[in-house]
Amino acid sequence: MPASKNVGIVIVSHSAKVAEGAADMVRQMVGDNVPLAAAGGNAEGGLGTDVAAIMAAIDRAWSEAGVAILVDLGGAETNSEMAVEMMPEERRERIVICNAPIVEGAVMAATEASGGSPLAVVRATAEELISA
Amino acid sequence: MNDASTEGSERMIGMQEVTASALLTNKVGLHARPSVKLTQLAKRFASRIEVATSAAGPWTDAKSPVKIMRVKASQGEVLHFKASGADATAAITALVDIVTRKFDEE
Repeated sequence: MPASKNVGIVIVSHSAKVAEGAADMVRQMVGDNVPLAAAGGNAEGGLGTDVAAIMAAIDRAWSEAGVAILVDLGGAETNSEMAVEMMPEERRERIVICNAPIVEGAVMAATEASGGSPLAVVRATAEELISA
Repeated sequence: MNDASTEGSERMIGMQEVTASALLTNKVGLHARPSVKLTQLAKRFASRIEVATSAAGPWTDAKSPVKIMRVKASQGEVLHFKASGADATAAITALVDIVTRKFDEE
């Protein structure tokens, strides 16, 4: 399969069910022409987030156009930042963490990405949810 | 100079605005999933495309998923479209068609 030209979306939640559920919503509402991956829960299967799992999700959703990450509570954001820091240098500047609600942001970002919009526009669309 | 102004006016004709309207007949109206479908369709065209629930506006950018989600039009309301650009006619035809097809959901 050729690499997608659309921006990829990663959903990071403390709960595996929230992350998977949000990903389901994206698939059903937006379709499957956007690379999509979810990372939820800690390494022990409990509530929390896991840097290695987030890195793996970024890999699965990777696109040359970049990846937009949607997160829920505090630790999801700091662990996502850590995951981005640990990615190869040439990828780091093509990964952004959106300041947006996780479910709505994931659907909006994916809708924007499905039309082929660049990473900055995908991020701006997700963040528009809290700016107005 | 003359050449430039002629070219300019031809461009204006090419940019003519195309309008149309369609009645929302699907049960849920322009709720979340139809909104996503509408913006995805609008994004396939290069033209500037706007939507309103009244011919007098206010007009909303049809390519903005967040803004379209806020229109919240219900069954029985009329969606007005206007488009300008090289593929404006095709865009308007496609948008009216997806509304008429009830967004392929019923």
